[in-house]
Amino acid sequence: MSDGMQPLMPKAAASAKPPLLEVRHLKKYFPIYKGVLRKMVNQVRAVDDVSLFVREGETLGLVGESGCGKTTVSRCILRAIDPTSGEIQFREADGKVTDLAPLDRSELRRFRPQMQMIFQDPFGSLNPRMTIFEIVSEPLYVNGMRSKSEREDHVAELLRLVGLRTEYMARYPHAFSGGQRQRIGIARALALNPRLVVADEPVSALDVSVQAQVLNLMLDLQQKLNLTYLFVAHDLSVVKHISDRVCVMYVGKLVEMAATEELFQSPRHPYTAALMMAVPRPDPSSRDIIQDLPGEVASPANPPSGCYFHPRCQYATEVCRTQTPELREITPDHFVSCHRAEELQLAGIKVNQEQQL
Amino acid sequence: MDNIEPKILQPEGVAPLEKAEPEIEATAARAETFEEPLTTTQEEERISIASNWTLVWWRFRKNVLAVISTVVLIFLATVVLLPDFFATMSPEKTNARLAFIPVQSIHWLDEGQLKPWVPSVEGKRDPVTLKMLWTTDETQKTYVKFFGSSWSYSVLGLFESNIHLVSGADQTQENQIFLLGTDRLGRDQWSRLAFATRISMTIGMISVIVSVVLGLLLGGISGYFGGWIDNIIQRLIELLQSLPTIPIWLALTAALPRTWSPEKVFFAITIILALRGWTTLAREVRGRFLSLREEDFVLAAELSGASQARIILKHMIPTFTSHIIATSTLAIPVMIVTETSLSFLGLGMRPPAISWGVMLQEAQNIQTLALAPWLLTPGLIVIVAVLAFNLVGDGLRDAADPYSH
Repeated sequence: MSDGMQPLMPKAAASAKPPLLEVRHLKKYFPIYKGVLRKMVNQVRAVDDVSLFVREGETLGLVGESGCGKTTVSRCILRAIDPTSGEIQFREADGKVTDLAPLDRSELRRFRPQMQMIFQDPFGSLNPRMTIFEIVSEPLYVNGMRSKSEREDHVAELLRLVGLRTEYMARYPHAFSGGQRQRIGIARALALNPRLVVADEPVSALDVSVQAQVLNLMLDLQQKLNLTYLFVAHDLSVVKHISDRVCVMYVGKLVEMAATEELFQSPRHPYTAALMMAVPRPDPSSRDIIQDLPGEVASPANPPSGCYFHPRCQYATEVCRTQTPELREITPDHFVSCHRAEELQLAGIKVNQEQQL
Repeated sequence: MDNIEPKILQPEGVAPLEKAEPEIEATAARAETFEEPLTTTQEEERISIASNWTLVWWRFRKNVLAVISTVVLIFLATVVLLPDFFATMSPEKTNARLAFIPVQSIHWLDEGQLKPWVPSVEGKRDPVTLKMLWTTDETQKTYVKFFGSSWSYSVLGLFESNIHLVSGADQTQENQIFLLGTDRLGRDQWSRLAFATRISMTIGMISVIVSVVLGLLLGGISGYFGGWIDNIIQRLIELLQSLPTIPIWLALTAALPRTWSPEKVFFAITIILALRGWTTLAREVRGRFLSLREEDFVLAAELSGASQARIILKHMIPTFTSHIIATSTLAIPVMIVTETSLSFLGLGMRPPAISWGVMLQEAQNIQTLALAPWLLTPGLIVIVAVLAFNLVGDGLRDAADPYSH
């Protein structure tokens, strides 16, 4: 954190691609009002000082328990909601970097085509009153492609790209299964040739058999179209399958960010280690009782002092109770926010063990 | 809403195409994609490409009562548009010597032939009670004709016509055809009912239309923008809803100047009725906006760069149009009943305007009811119209959300 301009870029960044997106000190507080006069009594710190970056062409996984703020982070990045403070630095194709956080609706329109979203709920994300053609072609239409035949060709191409029959264009979403709908959602997200795709738990609502298909489709498309993914999920095996690097969030804070293999093999934050422990092992001979974390997840409306994780952390010391740890790079490209990151020896899980899944 | 019609026509046009394509061929063509082609029958494909409105219609038509009520409403609507066609004479024509004539029913056969006629009536005053006693004279026949020509009238101000549903066969003489009898002033009840239907139904419809416009606008603003403007509108709704309706309506209608023309009074009353009618609808619209704002497909449109107007018009409003239509249909009978009650009390429409309530004024005392029960026919029509609107509204409401099951 010594360099003021680029606090998060790793020291060994020379070889790596430049970040497409860099989020700095992002905060999103939701006020809680009470009483007739609607006085603000408290704030929910849904996202509390999160900094992360996504390199061009990579997949950054964002994991955490439900309610930890990962969806809020992704929606702030897309500027679907207004962040309370912080910067969202987005690098355009020509190399120009713009902070999206202070932009208003009309200024954002220029950036909309460059970053798109894949939604969690395949049922709620498609307007039931529109045909597939209308749904997929809408981004094209609002961004100036008025000719219907041109849009039809484009939509047909997009549908082929995601593995759907082009004759489906005239149909309505109610005629499709969850997996097919998710493909339609992907086709819509890709319609404008985005550079960044934020996928908010894109497979968690799908059957396991369909999950793999959709994930492989996403990987396929990433290669073909040179996409950059921010992949939000709570399922660690899914994240491991798709991500190059992984961020772990706990109660609105980023606790650890590292390359996937490194994070899974040698986590440096006790919370990450606890998450690894919770991954079920598909091995009937080792039916160990999973060791639970003691205590409850902290409330983002009333977080504990110091490190938010300290009440549940078996390694907590006095400094953890009083000081909030900063996210720092302890080994190249491995960021942790833990006071004792260097001294702790934490157990990860073997990567190949997971691959048997 | 404007692009609904073509879609409804689509199923027949597209379905055969799907069937004509053999499944094997389709698989081969898509060898590089990993998804298995679905085997779709023609029937399934018809459902697949059915628009929301088609699905609503499929569900609505299963409701027999609602479909029958729709037919009744369509009939009433033609009366509204063409009251002159249904009338047998001018509704204003009075004749004191022909007061309180009872219902004259049409006789269909004359000497074994199909030749409809009505018997003429003869009045005698009872020397003791001085009551008029009408006896039908079956020998004096007034032949009637269906779709015959009589006095001419203008159809919606577009062209002239002189075709009437029922008219005297012989136009050279004066015909006395009182299908529903006459009132105190000898005016033909049947013809008056046709014109009353026009006024009462349009008051109901127009005040609902005004309510819908106000409700959509204010409810939409309230729900979409939120904040202080939402607060103001919601408090205004609460204020309006807490006012006791009957005294307010009475006061407002009583305040209308007696010198106003019937047209002016008509519009004033529609506004008065709509003034409160919009509040419930605005609440509903606001709720819909609030929940829709959170929908993923709205966010998707937002992220694709769609304008606010487009999001509202293309994504939000079509989603609850069917509900708005159902709610409005259910609101019309309330308006009709209110107008009828106000007019009955002498505070709504006033003679010479003719509405169901104005006609029912004639039936205010027990004496008239005992002597001339046919003066209650407007009440019967009110019941039929209100029931029909309610049944259609219920049917629409049930069919409105085809995705709920």
